[in-house]
Amino acid sequence: MIPAPFSYRRAGSVAEALDLCTEYGEDAKFLAGGHSLLPLMKLRLAMPEVLIDLGPVRELSYVREEDGHIAIGALTRHHDLEHSEMLARVLPLLAHAAGQVGDPQVRHRGTIGGSLAHSDPASDLPATVLALDATLVARGPAGSREIAAADFFQGLFETELEPDELLTEIRVPVPAAGAAGWSFQKFTKRAIDWAIVGVAVQGSAVALVNMAGTPVRAAGVEAALAGGATPAEAAAHAAEGTSPADDINASPAYREHLARVLVERALLEAQSV
Amino acid sequence: MDGEIAALPAERGPSAQAVTLTINGEPRPLRIEPRVSLLDALREHLGLTGSKKGCDQGTCGACTVWVDGRRALACLTLAVTCEGHEVTTIEGLSAGGELHPMQAAFIDKDAFQCGYCTPGQIMSAVALLDEGHAADDGQIREWMSGNICRCAAYPNIRAAIRAVRDAAGGE
Ligand SMILES: Cc1cc2nc3c(=O)[nH]c(=O)nc-3n(C[C@H](O)[C@H](O)[C@H](O)COP(=O)(O)OP(=O)(O)OC[C@H]3O[C@@H](n4cnc5c(N)ncnc54)[C@H](O)[C@@H]3O)c2cc1C
Ligand code: FES
Ligand code: FES
Repeated sequence: MIPAPFSYRRAGSVAEALDLCTEYGEDAKFLAGGHSLLPLMKLRLAMPEVLIDLGPVRELSYVREEDGHIAIGALTRHHDLEHSEMLARVLPLLAHAAGQVGDPQVRHRGTIGGSLAHSDPASDLPATVLALDATLVARGPAGSREIAAADFFQGLFETELEPDELLTEIRVPVPAAGAAGWSFQKFTKRAIDWAIVGVAVQGSAVALVNMAGTPVRAAGVEAALAGGATPAEAAAHAAEGTSPADDINASPAYREHLARVLVERALLEAQSV
Repeated sequence: MDGEIAALPAERGPSAQAVTLTINGEPRPLRIEPRVSLLDALREHLGLTGSKKGCDQGTCGACTVWVDGRRALACLTLAVTCEGHEVTTIEGLSAGGELHPMQAAFIDKDAFQCGYCTPGQIMSAVALLDEGHAADDGQIREWMSGNICRCAAYPNIRAAIRAVRDAAGGE
């Protein structure tokens, strides 16, 4: 399992990464942790001619409190989110979800930006930032723009990002006092696996992992909660509007069942936080 | 290290070119294409065959090494990205022919059958103690989850880790 040949360019800064991207255009791909891209390249499902290594771009590795929101650099590794004292205090859902990704070795290399840009609906962080109403900041040759998490994920491996745009920051509003309850439920067969189904809850926002081609908000559950439903009543709506995959791990019907069970657990846990 | 990285050639390949890695404290020059994984660089180019190739896809942990002291998967790391970083392999664990206490404990507790996963298990196990993730068996299980043992020597692997932890006086 050896990738097709490519040239390697090392970017030392955001500006350099963008310049290189302009230089090589669609032939190039960014390399962050490589833990989604390299497996695809080894299977020759991705064959970029140039890899732009973002590894040395340290300026994009941070977690900061800014007014009203938490700003997270796109190259922050899962391990650093998991162990951030600030996140544990202000956004425990994100710290916890990052700690559920793969295994310790994967978390030492994988980055939040890579996970979001990869847009795999079975991944943990896309649904988490969706539940948190995050805003993603992308920088391209024409400058920076903000993309709501709700608009960012377009499909399996497809996002709103243009090929010449770099995801630079994830901005997460600090949850209001009444929405501090959170829960993350991940159903797997083995500790290191992707979720068969997962649920991220922050306050009354509910997002689902692996229930459609993108992470999705459980709109039926949220509407029921707004109408005063109990967790059990609201959870009955968990599979509405979803289109879960049929694969070796589960049938769509089983995934729908899991979604209802996990949403109820998540809502009950969030209430008790 | 930052200055060193900035001083390196910024463009490589696709053909084989000079890359110098720091492995177990020694500079190791080699000629490789950018597509060569750290695992293949170690095994095929440097003769360091301690790190094993199980899945080559990041799922088994047999290739676990340390990059700048953190455990990482050599099969999902490009060798060229390790320039300017410190790579430690199982060969670098024993000092002067003396087994590392974790290696000795694996033998003592019979923590393997075929031994194929063992170098990765040991690299993870030593890191686990440094990280402070070995308070109890539940923690050891969780934080060793990236290392699969097809022979299921897990109980004895945990026993070896406990033995080294307890000998070191605590976590
Ligand atoms: C064994 C294993 C188990 C895993 N288990 C899980 C799991 O349980 N849950 C889970 O969520 N994930 C899991 N993952 C995936 C892991 O979280 C990856 O690290 C992550 O999905 C991708 O991050 P990366 O930094 O490695 O990105 P890369 O692989 O480097 O990049 C992924 C894609 O994003 C692009 N990209 C990267 N950074 C940027 C940026 N800043 N701007 C624009 N584009 C960018 C790249 O060009 C590429 O197309 C697992 C991976 C492995 C190998
Ligand atoms: S060979 Fe690297 S994880 Fe299996
Ligand atoms: S001892 Fe055989 S795989 Fe672990």
